[in-house]
Amino acid sequence: MYRFASFDEPLLNKLPQRKTKISTQSPHIPEKLRRSSPPKIPNLEEQQVVRHFFRLSQMNYGIENGTYPLGSCTMKYNPKVCEDVAGWREFTDIHPYQDESTFQGTLQILYELEELLKKITGMDAFTFQPSAGAHGEFLGMLLVRAYHELRGEDRNEIIIPDTAHGTNPASAKMAGFEVIEIPSNSEGTVDLEALEKVLSDRTAAFMLTNPNTLGIFEDRILDIERMVHNAGALLYYDGANLNAILGIARPGDMGFDIVHLNLHKTFATPHGGGGPGSGPVGVKKLLEDFLPVPRIRKKGDRYILDYDLPHTVGKIRDFYGNIEVCIKAYVYLLMMGRRIRDVAEISVLNSNYMKEKLKRSGFFDFPHRDLKKHEFVMSCQRLKEEKGLRALDIAKRLLDYGLYPPTIYFPLIVKEAIMIEPTETETKEDLDRYVDALISIAEEDPDIVRSSPTKTPVKRIDEAYAVRNEILTWKDI
Amino acid sequence: MPFIPNLSLKEEMLKEIGLKDIEELFSDIPEEVRIKDLDLPEPLSEEEVVKRLREIARKNRPFPDLLSFLGGGVKPHYVPSAVKHIISRSEFYTSYTPYQPEASQGYLQAMFEYQSVISELTGMDISNCSLYDMSTSLGEAVRMGYRINRRKKVLIPRSISWERKSTLKNYIKGLPVDLVEIEYDRESGKLNLEDLEDKIDGDTMCLYIENPNFFGIFEEDVDEISSIVHDRGSILIVGVDLLSLALVKPPGEYGADIVISEGRTYGTPMNMGGSSLGIFACRKEYLRNIPGRIIGLTHDLDGNRAFCMTLQTREQHIRREKATSNICTNEALNALALLVYLSILGSEGLVKIAKKNLENARLLHDRLVSLPWFKPRFKGSFFNEFVLESTQDVFYMNRELLKRNIMGGLPLEISFPELKNCLLFGITEVYDDKDVDMLIRSIKEVYHV
Ligand SMILES: Cc1ncc(COP(=O)(O)O)c(C=O)c1O
Repeated sequence: MYRFASFDEPLLNKLPQRKTKISTQSPHIPEKLRRSSPPKIPNLEEQQVVRHFFRLSQMNYGIENGTYPLGSCTMKYNPKVCEDVAGWREFTDIHPYQDESTFQGTLQILYELEELLKKITGMDAFTFQPSAGAHGEFLGMLLVRAYHELRGEDRNEIIIPDTAHGTNPASAKMAGFEVIEIPSNSEGTVDLEALEKVLSDRTAAFMLTNPNTLGIFEDRILDIERMVHNAGALLYYDGANLNAILGIARPGDMGFDIVHLNLHKTFATPHGGGGPGSGPVGVKKLLEDFLPVPRIRKKGDRYILDYDLPHTVGKIRDFYGNIEVCIKAYVYLLMMGRRIRDVAEISVLNSNYMKEKLKRSGFFDFPHRDLKKHEFVMSCQRLKEEKGLRALDIAKRLLDYGLYPPTIYFPLIVKEAIMIEPTETETKEDLDRYVDALISIAEEDPDIVRSSPTKTPVKRIDEAYAVRNEILTWKDI
Repeated sequence: MPFIPNLSLKEEMLKEIGLKDIEELFSDIPEEVRIKDLDLPEPLSEEEVVKRLREIARKNRPFPDLLSFLGGGVKPHYVPSAVKHIISRSEFYTSYTPYQPEASQGYLQAMFEYQSVISELTGMDISNCSLYDMSTSLGEAVRMGYRINRRKKVLIPRSISWERKSTLKNYIKGLPVDLVEIEYDRESGKLNLEDLEDKIDGDTMCLYIENPNFFGIFEEDVDEISSIVHDRGSILIVGVDLLSLALVKPPGEYGADIVISEGRTYGTPMNMGGSSLGIFACRKEYLRNIPGRIIGLTHDLDGNRAFCMTLQTREQHIRREKATSNICTNEALNALALLVYLSILGSEGLVKIAKKNLENARLLHDRLVSLPWFKPRFKGSFFNEFVLESTQDVFYMNRELLKRNIMGGLPLEISFPELKNCLLFGITEVYDDKDVDMLIRSIKEVYHV
């Protein structure tokens, strides 16, 4: 069983520092602007720094420590070779404004990655500029806006199901839209009547995740597509859950006009503890001319950066995107090729396998349609009522079993939600161990569960204290 | 089969859950949208992929094989080896956002230290733990400005990069605000204060300035600018180069309300502009308006020191459309890289490098203007980038330099038509005299002297 190391590691500024004499004065800085004393960054020896961060790393759990079935996050194994290749100096030591003839290699990768993603999604063009999923959503919303504006239509409503991830409504709002939320039906899918009611000539787009965040495939997708397009609106695909349908079905064929993908989920690039990610946006032909500049094109055997796009929305960040993440995804895709269908099959099999086993245990409830895709959401509401165990308690107790907890309290429509996404890269033993741990926790003395974790570097944390006291830098201590 | 261990156990697992065929798991996907013929290549082995990528990599000319003197914000800096080693610890780089603080104390402590270091450098009270890049930081800063004072006029210098301007325009598309550009002084290259006085008014939400600015020039009159802005009750947003802050007065000392910056190349490589890191710091009174994640110090049940994400009610996963921003995944690993980079340098190393940048920039500047084809365009003093005006066609010159494996300065006339034949040069501590010699020699060759 995995055990954390635990150190009383001081803050960086409390490590023993070497004595220094530093003058910040320079004749080349205008007098009025000179810094009177150096910034208080500690002066340490390299080995002190390395040991400090090494110790911190050992108090952190990544997927190489063990199973990490965080629902909606697709925490799969990140192949090492991808890291190596993206770290070659031919790729890293490139200036974004170098002449394009001097980074033909990187342009080729981006061009070919675009071709691969087009085939996987059924879209007509991709941009790699968004730095993460939410950034892609924001770009998507800008495209929706630009599209309707050019057609002289005044549409300012975005419809979103109540299962949607929080970034969906936040991105729509940032682009200036009003957000209309619709409920899900008892199957856990879009309530078509509710959708019909809110669709109008004010609707700019409908944002949908498919499979949705309950892990359920929106099987009425073609009806949804017809309704949305008949209303003159666009259909947006949040690609966070693409893992479930890789090589099996394509958002483009379902009628989606815009998709964003998360390379840091589906395409095996590491999440980095919160980033960098990459959220490429793909569109159908009708929106291609609105994409950010530059577009990467092939002319003969040369790749070029094309800034000449009639209706471009311009830029949503500097330069071309988080290129190193794109290179990792490209390497991954070359290794997978046609095998991505196995990714979908096994990630869905693993998920249904765990769901079935947990269902048979009888401790948890499984609302909505039984057949799941790559993830499933169960409720521990009964354990809460009978034993006073909340999803949070169960999550914390899992840490004592050396396992990373699932996503909890999302989607918001399931009470005491526990959302599990095993991915295709875990072994059957890993899945069994996880299921056994959950069942064992449900059977345990609830006091033990509620006072967990005890085997982590710190015990349960007082988050309210942090909010009240606002200690946000070492100066505040 | 690599990365999919249960592929060989398919039958067994299906049987255990009472299914016969994998197809049953996909029975809810309508026939009409099923892929009939998957048009993807055969998988390559790791060895084959490496071979293929080696071939592709050969088509790139990285620094310093291609010696670049491009300005415009991105330049190569030396990154100590230890940085890459630390951020390659897989406990860090294969973890998700620290939703379970008990299992993420290491990263959380590091991000608390990052916030502390950013606050020391900028002189601001608080920092979040990263946004996407500096341009999106600007977008978020202006959006925050609107939440704070609801005013409608946003003042920005005309002399910022077109990409940043375009990003900002997109970030404020959803707000009822107008962008107004402030001219730069044609002689000094600094912000034109008269134009600022003309355009600022009681409905001005904020002024954004960069220091050093896009032309590499220090805005010396920051105290004056700050009082002009604050007299109108407006917000001062300052964009800085982190390295310059080793020697330059931190914006917090001249009254900045929000400070933004770019962490790219300080701990991470240029990556064609990829490894970005949006830095965002501000005064504490705006705490509840900040976009992005913030780490706070607290304690556990036993009273031990602990860290966690805090003030999350600002964020999208709780507030949805009422959140301060849509950001979720940020640039955490690059923030960690910056923290490790700064820790290894210490203030001593940082000051030393900043001085080397100043000196190298003067060396390059003086050698170039000693040639008959260049003269300084602006009078203001500069950090590690500067603008020269050439008597020649700069596009021709750059094309010829490229043949000699050199990238000359960045031509400015595309964004600033009045700066015809002007080039923005940049240099850092990684260059030496020989590199500058090579540039000078090559320019002479271009003009056959
Ligand atoms: C369903 C869904 N949509 C969107 C996002 C946002 O993606 P990102 O964190 O890359 O911005 C996430 C993940 O956090 C998600 O799970």
